[in-house]
Amino acid sequence: MIAVENLNVFFGHGQTRNHAVKDVGFTVEKGESFGLVGESGSGKSTVLNCISGLLTHWKGRIEIDGVRLMQTRNMAFCRKVQMVFQDPYGSLHPRHTIDRTLKEPVKIHRLGDANNRVARVLDDVGLGAKFRFRFPHQLSGGQRQRVAVARALILDPEIILLDEPTSALDVSIQAEVLNLLQDIRREKNLTYILVSHDLAVVSHMCNRLLVMNRGKTVETITRNQLKSGAISEKYTTQLLVAGKGYDRTAIDQFQDFR
Amino acid sequence: MTENTPLLTVNDLSVVFPSPKGEVCAVNNVSFSMGREKIGVVGESGSGKSLTGRAVLRLLPPYARVGASDITFKGRNLLSCSEKQMRKIRGMEISMVMQDPKYSLNPVRTVGEQIREAYTIHHKAGKKQARQKTLDMLKAVRIRNPEQVYGLYPHEVSGGMGQRIMIAMMLIPEPSLLIADEPTSALDVTVQLQVLAILDDLVGERGMGLIFISHDLALVSSFCDRVIIMYGGQIMEVVDAGNLHKSNHPYTKGLLSCLPKIDGTQDHLPTLVRDDVWLKPVPGRVNGEAAS
Ligand SMILES: Nc1ncnc2c1ncn2[C@@H]1O[C@H](COP(=O)(O)OP(=O)(O)OP(=O)(O)O)[C@@H](O)[C@H]1O
Ligand SMILES: Nc1ncnc2c1ncn2[C@@H]1O[C@H](COP(=O)(O)OP(=O)(O)OP(=O)(O)O)[C@@H](O)[C@H]1O
Ligand SMILES: [Mg+2]
Ligand SMILES: [Mg+2]
Repeated sequence: MIAVENLNVFFGHGQTRNHAVKDVGFTVEKGESFGLVGESGSGKSTVLNCISGLLTHWKGRIEIDGVRLMQTRNMAFCRKVQMVFQDPYGSLHPRHTIDRTLKEPVKIHRLGDANNRVARVLDDVGLGAKFRFRFPHQLSGGQRQRVAVARALILDPEIILLDEPTSALDVSIQAEVLNLLQDIRREKNLTYILVSHDLAVVSHMCNRLLVMNRGKTVETITRNQLKSGAISEKYTTQLLVAGKGYDRTAIDQFQDFR
Repeated sequence: MTENTPLLTVNDLSVVFPSPKGEVCAVNNVSFSMGREKIGVVGESGSGKSLTGRAVLRLLPPYARVGASDITFKGRNLLSCSEKQMRKIRGMEISMVMQDPKYSLNPVRTVGEQIREAYTIHHKAGKKQARQKTLDMLKAVRIRNPEQVYGLYPHEVSGGMGQRIMIAMMLIPEPSLLIADEPTSALDVTVQLQVLAILDDLVGERGMGLIFISHDLALVSSFCDRVIIMYGGQIMEVVDAGNLHKSNHPYTKGLLSCLPKIDGTQDHLPTLVRDDVWLKPVPGRVNGEAAS
């Protein structure tokens, strides 16, 4: 479904030029939920932004359904690939009702039947009709993130790119949103790429994951390896240790991997 | 001040907001006392964690009604401090890392300039020396390429970098109390622990107090000394951090059960079932508002 090969991204020029993504590659099957983990600034969001078309100055090869993508995308592509961001507060227009927020992409893509589509996605994400004409500030964090998921769903995408979709949410709302994401993926045979710092979240959602460090691929591992700890790369092992909580002795032994 | 004087004592703290449906009591009779230790504050969204921290520093909008019978910091009664005195305390004695670091930074100035300026406010230093100090601070919070990051604007740094930049800024005045509101939620696990280790050292070596507001129950229970658990603006219980998972309170147990586990299944996760009997009744309270 998704194939990424030799992806490279640079930011800035001259002295401050930053090679943010270095020769990254992976494949994701249709209906799979694929995880992306790694340290802060390692290029995870940048990889998603290249796939979604938000970033255009990348080099390499990105294929979806066997079709090679160019740096700029057409409308049909935008329908197929949708993105959900971390921040449920910043990603919705504060002065637009949920109804308006959801109708906007329908209008842009001239899909018609906007009223029914809105009703259907609100139902899909478990928000009843009573939320339809509310503003973002009248919703809880979890409800807002449901709206963000609804906005992604309204164009009937095949792929959803999830950038830390629950890290701004509390544990109960996180559970709600993760349950929702699992259900709609199974129901609609969607393909996900999920970025998260939380290895437990990744293990809960994904069967395979890519570990990144400083813009580079460290390794691709399975959920079973994550569960059993059968991992050979030291960087990944360190991530696993760190995921177990605060342990001063372990922290003092952390290394910088290059 | 003697060994046993608490660093901060808060008694009967309430924060009330006017609303069309009547007053909303967002923080309700909160009392706690802390020394030079690490206190975690957990609880679901909207339970009053941030407001509690902000109320201590008097960083609330003017329409908020704050009441308390006592807020004492290092033996000083903060309730009787003038706004001018409070500003001094906020700058020098108590620092707060806000929940959304990017909103706290000036978007049109580079992060390096902003830290350097904060440094020169608190220390006598030339431009060059302040710049070097800034680079050192960035390095101390585990930013890899300080020279490069110095010249970036806030929108050019990743979420995790933004949080570390804020922590660096807040530590410049060497505060006696740091209130850190979700300071590391955007950091990856390794860097998160390394940044917490820096704070841990400040508590252990300099005797700083730390109020650590977080959604991450596992992290709080392994990092902090004690944990305050909040629901609906009230404190449900205060437990020794290491015993958090042994709590008998149904709310605490509920929060813990929502967590996915690395070696768990991929089945549906439990979500919270809330119960208003956990709350002490408050006159004038709009019920259910806090658990929206
Ligand atoms: N618009 C931009 N301009 C300049 N540099 C950028 C920009 N976006 C990202 N970068 C840089 O690219 C690198 C990778 O950033 P990216 O946001 O992809 O990291 P990440 O892995 O998503 O980190 P986090 O976990 O903190 O979100 C970082 O060094 C970052 O500073
Ligand atoms: N300026 C305000 N005006 C009115 N109500 C407010 C204001 N600020 C906060 N509240 C309300 O007070 C309650 C507690 O808010 P607070 O920000 O302390 O929650 P929190 O525990 O920090 O939640 P989160 O985990 O989502 O950050 C919430 O119900 C919130 O909606
Ligand atoms: Mg990111
Ligand atoms: Mg808060």
